[in-house]
Parts: sequence; structure tokens; C-alpha cells
Amino acid sequence: MRPSHPIRGSEITSESAYLNRRDVLQLAAAGGMALAAPSFAWAATGLAAKPGGYDPKEEITPEADATSYNNFYEFGTGKADPAAKSGDFNPRPWSIKVDGLVGKPTEFDLDALMALGLEERIYRMRCVEAWSMVIPWIGFPLSALIDKVEPLGSAKYVAFETIVRPEEMPGQRGIFQPLDWPYVEGLRLDEARHKLTILAMGMYGKTLPNQNGAPIRLVTPWKYGFKGIKSIVRITLTEEQPASTWNRLAPGEYGFYANVNPAVNHPRWSQAMENRIGGGGFFGSNERPTLPFNGYGDEVASLYAGMDLKANF
Amino acid sequence: MALPALPKRYHAASIWALYSLGLVPAVWTFYLGATGQLIGNPVKIFEHLLGEWALRFLILTLAISPLRDLFGINWVRYRRALGLLAFWYVAMHFLAYMVLDKRLAFGVIVEDVFKRWFITIGMAALLMLIPLALTSNTWSIRRLGPGWVKLHRLIYPVAAAGALHFCLAVKVIGPEQLVYAGLVSLLLGWRLARPRYMAWKRGRRQANVGLAPARALTK
Repeated sequence: MRPSHPIRGSEITSESAYLNRRDVLQLAAAGGMALAAPSFAWAATGLAAKPGGYDPKEEITPEADATSYNNFYEFGTGKADPAAKSGDFNPRPWSIKVDGLVGKPTEFDLDALMALGLEERIYRMRCVEAWSMVIPWIGFPLSALIDKVEPLGSAKYVAFETIVRPEEMPGQRGIFQPLDWPYVEGLRLDEARHKLTILAMGMYGKTLPNQNGAPIRLVTPWKYGFKGIKSIVRITLTEEQPASTWNRLAPGEYGFYANVNPAVNHPRWSQAMENRIGGGGFFGSNERPTLPFNGYGDEVASLYAGMDLKANF
Repeated sequence: MALPALPKRYHAASIWALYSLGLVPAVWTFYLGATGQLIGNPVKIFEHLLGEWALRFLILTLAISPLRDLFGINWVRYRRALGLLAFWYVAMHFLAYMVLDKRLAFGVIVEDVFKRWFITIGMAALLMLIPLALTSNTWSIRRLGPGWVKLHRLIYPVAAAGALHFCLAVKVIGPEQLVYAGLVSLLLGWRLARPRYMAWKRGRRQANVGLAPARALTK
């Protein structure tokens, strides 16, 4: 019998290696024009993480869909805008300022954030627009960051803020501005410290692409996607409930909590069902019932014990 | 302003070219969606494309008479084709919603139509377009006489409903919605201003005719 010849791991080109090579090629190609048109385009590179133990055992959304069908109004209101118009955005270097009601206000750079322990977690993602995906995120529990800054007893909420950089974010410039910048979001402190809440720095084994919120974004899988604030530059612990962008714009349509809830319809569409995005054309996606708390009720329902979820939507 | 006139023998061919070109976006996008080449949410992409082209053709239909009034460009021969293209796009938009998006879940569709304002408004526009499409033939124009003109004024509420439907369907009204709503408002506003403008134009023409000999004399 012929001996089998397994391919050794070292012989396989890792994605990070070939992406780096592509970067070099792109740089070489762009070199001639570098003076005329400086480009900050930054490709996703490999990001190592240990398994985080969360897997809904559902089909993972194709990466091409998750990185091309996005809501990120800083780059435009169209679903294709974030992928098409985020090429000038440069998420490096980066830092997050953590302040407010904390004992040790701190500014974290990317290395310090990565040191908080990256793990891969596969989460369902349900958009308020009634579509959903399953995404393998790479990130760390937000609680790890909060612990570092030693919250004061008076801290009840956590406020988040996205970067404002009109020169690199076409949605933030021009006559028409769909939202007030910066994009802001908030969580109750117990929600922010919940074990499911992560700050993601990567997806699909790589650093976050610009259109998905590079270099760091919030992921709260039991809440509608708009709570997942992207490209975060500031986190502030507060006593009062902080403002959140969509709630401020249309309080009747988007609540502060924004927990996924099939029983509370958006005034203009039903939330009972969702369209699971998937490759393969018109019939590649499928309609499925939306679950309370997006299927994470066992973990998070206790956060809202005794609360009227219809009033606090 | 005068454009080089299209020789009369090409008129019929140009109208058929408009029909076929007009359907290209729908056919091409359907092909892309059916073969898995629309990434993200193919059904919504197709559905929204059909709705947007419906609005574009409605706007073009409404632009024909101001073009003639204001600039002397007479494209009235294309108006029927543009109106019918608008109708076909609205119908395909609804079909895509019903079959591809809601997978013929009639309970959900009925609830949408009666409970969600922007869908009610869109549905009303589709219903109003049906008699217009049915009476778009020459026979009906002859048969209905002045009633035909009156009936076809329904295109005004249809266009207004279309623009409103687009604005109400999105989470936040963006530049696209503003452009379409603005164009529809301008074109409908023109209908209000038109009688006065035409009277003013007639008056000026008469005045010019009256002055002509005098001018000739002073020269």
C-alpha cells in the first residue's frame, strides 16, 4: 500500500501570510502614485484566538455576505456603501479612552486591548430590519476592560462613542447628514459586564474589515444589531442612562434596550420572522421565526426580571 | 430650444427600443439574483431595484409635458411606453415582495398591507395604476374621450404615493429619498403653476405679434 502523504501544516500558506504578500504587492503597485493619492486602505490580516465556547451550531453566514451587506452610516446609508466607501479609513493606530465614573481612567491602545484575551465566539446577529446572520467573532469580554478601570459604586451605565473622521468617512461629510455624529450607544452596567457581551476586534479569523467596524466594536448578541456600535473611541461609565443614536432619532421605533423580541413589532414592520442571509441567490436565504433575546434567553433573561419588555423595548 | 428631430420613420422603432431597454435592469438583476451573483440580501436588492426603477419611470412619464411646455421638446410619443414601464416595474416590485420576499405567506402580506402605512400607500399606488395600464391603448383613448384625460390624472397621486412609500420605507430619509421626493414635488408643482405660465406665454406671444409691425417700422 502506498503511504499517504499528509501535507504538513508548515507547507500551507497561512491566510495572514498571503494577505501580507498581497499588501506588499498593492503597496508596490500603488507606489508610483503614492504622492499623488495617498491611500490608507488596510486589508484584514490573520488574528489568532482561542475557542470561546459559543457556537449556536447553525450554518455560518458566508464571509462575503457578512462583509458586503452592512449598516454603517458613517460610510453611507446604502447596504453596499460601507464595503465600497470605507477604503480611505485607517484604523491604525487606534486607542480607546475609558473614563467617567472609574477609579483609573485609562487610554488603551490596540496592543493593550488584544492583551485582554482574544477568543472566538460564534454568535447569531439579528438586525432590527428583520434579517440575521451567524458570525464567528474574535474578541474579549467587555467585563475584562471594565475591571481594569475599577468602576466606582455610582456607575450604573456604560456609554460608547464612535470615531468622527469626516475626511475618511464619506457618510459624515456633505450637505446631507443622516444622523448626528458621533454615533453613540449605551448599556446598563450589568448588561455591559454580562459574559455574552464582547468587544470584537476580528471576525472569520481575521481583523475586522473597515465596513464591519474596524478596529474594535461592540457585540451584544441578544440585542438588535444597531446596539453593536462600531469603531469605538470612547467608553464612559455614567450614573444616568446615556443617549443612543437611533433612540434619539426615533424613540417610538428604537428603544434603549433594543432586546430582540418577536412580540414587539417595529411600527413599520413585523419582528416575528427574520431572513437568514446566506449565499446562493434568491432562494439561498431563508425565513425563520425570531426567538426572544435572539435565542440567548437562558443566559440573559434574568437581567430583565420583573421588567415590562413591551414598554422597555 | 430645439433638438435635432428624429426622422419620422424611426419613431416606432425608438419606442420599441425604449420598451426593451427599459426592461434591461429588471432582467439583468433577476439573472444575477437567480444565479447567486447578488451578494448579501439578493431578494431585497432585487425588490428595491424594481421599486426604484418604477419611481424613475413615473418621474420620466411626468416630465414629458413640462419638457414640451418649457423647452419645446416634444417626446409625447414616448409617454405611453414610460407609463407602462412604470406600471410593469411596480407590478414586478409587488410580485418580488409577494413571491420572493414573503414566499406567498398571504396572512403576513394582508397584515402588512393593512397595518403598515408605507405598504398600504404602495399598494394603493399599484391599484391606481391598473386602470391606467388597462386604458393605455389607442382604442380606450378614443372610446373614453375626455374621460380618459380625467382618469389618467390618477398618475399624480400615484407618483406622490410612490415617493412617499419610498420615504416611509427606510429607517432614515437619505439623499436618495430626498431627490426622488423633490423631483416628484417639482413635477406635480408644475401642474399647479402650468395654467398661469401658459396664459403668460400666450399673452406674450400675442403682444409680440402686435408689436411686430411697429418694430419693423422703427427699423
